[in-house]
Amino acid sequence: MSLPVALPSPETEPGHRLDFLLVADMVEPGSRVLDVGCGDGSLLALLRDSKGVDGRGIEISREGVNACLAKGLPVIQGDADTDLADYPDDAFDYVILSQTIQATRRPKAVLEHLLRIGRRAIVSFPNFGHWRVRCELGFRGRMPVTENLPYSWYDTPNIHFCTIRDFVEMCGEVGAQMDKAVALNAGGKPMRVSLPWWVWNLLGEQGVFLLKRR
Amino acid sequence: MRFGADAPLLMDAGVALGPWQIAYQTYGTLNADRSNAVLICHALTGDQHVANANPVTGKPGWWTTMVGPGRPVDTDRFFVICANVIGGCMGTTGPASIDPATGEPYALDFPVVTIRDMVRAQAALIDRLGIESLFCVVGGSMGGMQVLQWAVSYPERVFSALPIATAARHSAQNIAFHEVGRQAVMADPDWRGGRYLTEGTRPSKGLAVARMGAHITYLSEMALHRKFGRNFQDRSAPTFSFDADFQIESYLRYQGIAFVERFDANSYLYVTRAMDYFDLAAEHGGSLARAFKGTATRFCVISFTSDWLFPTSDSRAIVHALNAAAASVAFVEVESDKGHDAFLLDEPEMFAAARGFIDAAARIRGIA
Repeated sequence: MSLPVALPSPETEPGHRLDFLLVADMVEPGSRVLDVGCGDGSLLALLRDSKGVDGRGIEISREGVNACLAKGLPVIQGDADTDLADYPDDAFDYVILSQTIQATRRPKAVLEHLLRIGRRAIVSFPNFGHWRVRCELGFRGRMPVTENLPYSWYDTPNIHFCTIRDFVEMCGEVGAQMDKAVALNAGGKPMRVSLPWWVWNLLGEQGVFLLKRR
Repeated sequence: MRFGADAPLLMDAGVALGPWQIAYQTYGTLNADRSNAVLICHALTGDQHVANANPVTGKPGWWTTMVGPGRPVDTDRFFVICANVIGGCMGTTGPASIDPATGEPYALDFPVVTIRDMVRAQAALIDRLGIESLFCVVGGSMGGMQVLQWAVSYPERVFSALPIATAARHSAQNIAFHEVGRQAVMADPDWRGGRYLTEGTRPSKGLAVARMGAHITYLSEMALHRKFGRNFQDRSAPTFSFDADFQIESYLRYQGIAFVERFDANSYLYVTRAMDYFDLAAEHGGSLARAFKGTATRFCVISFTSDWLFPTSDSRAIVHALNAAAASVAFVEVESDKGHDAFLLDEPEMFAAARGFIDAAARIRGIA
């Protein structure tokens, strides 16, 4: 299975997280965007300043919301698990879920809302199938604590980890069509498209997907 | 600001009120392109003295933590206006004003006031001040209702809106509390069917009871427990009487007595009634989203976790409607155990949110 990928050029835009640049590259200029779990608004600010998007956000932490307010971003304090139901159908061109799906209580319901609210959804997440994670569990017999996933099992906000393969399977279940899929390796660089899925699932630290309703 | 009989206030009750006047305070300087005006809307028992010493009580303004030099509503940068509401008793025409038809106070002949009437009166004032569009409209509780009404009635005149601890409609529970307060006033024999000013009496007891009841709704169980607990007032054991044994009783009695010194009983009836009638969606076929349709105003909604009078769910309903109308809206729920009153108190998270929102909006509007 091969998927079309347009690679961004992070070298030319320093100071931004590579996965943000990858997400930004998937967004059409001037579109309406909702960032679910937008944190301090870095991605929304990047999208506003580089793509001229009309961006909105949902963030669970008050500190995050206040940081967004200071950036002039209209962000609502709320919870992806409960508040997405309030948004009308097709309210946005893109709904982004960046490094957040693993912290939701009902990832599948959240994904279904994303596809309902947005004409397209962009989802990025840490890949639990990465070889380093597999080694931690398989050889050391410990729940993985890595640079990318720094929490101990008892205090992690990440309650629903998945692998790239798991996510792809769920996309099929909710009727999502994959327009783009990218895996980032340990260095944050996109991996070659021609590689088979099992390689992505083993060597990709993060997956980034552009989805739409089928 | 006086308006003659030729410039009456057209009220929802179907009355053209005139002549009428509106009392207001301003702070700071209007800039050359008249783009830095901020309107502060006061709550039920507030007044125009938001950031200066109150001439009646001698106490500091009611929102000096929010409005003043270097405050989130910075009077060094913005031209701040605050006016007493129509129906009030601090200089704006209300039931205690003289009815030109009779030469006596209006009392209950004053037309019933609505939140929209309050906003109409403010708009007339803003017109007279030569201000086309307000940079920001800010208010809490009933002030927040006015903020929302401004955004719906005059969307093109409101660049940004900051409604705090408020609702788009008054709840049944809140109407119920208001009714208890009004009945307390009207049960006082000195109320005299509302004509106490003409007859030289004052329904102080009734108004004090109304205030005591209302004051409880502005606090929270947590705040009451923290402040008073079951502590006795100047004694170590109960007196086996109906004296104010407990600190909380003494506190409420004081609040009641202090209130009647500064507030007119009939104004209390009228202004509570205005809040009861407030239902922003009603004038738009029951759809709050439709009320905000097409708005270009930037909104920031703030609520408090322990506010049970205007709970977070009320604010979320506003946010929900603004989202459905594709409006630009931010929302923060501030963690506080101080109840509804929190919006008037020292709440750093509220100030941080307000400052961030106002500063960002000022940058976009190009205000230095």
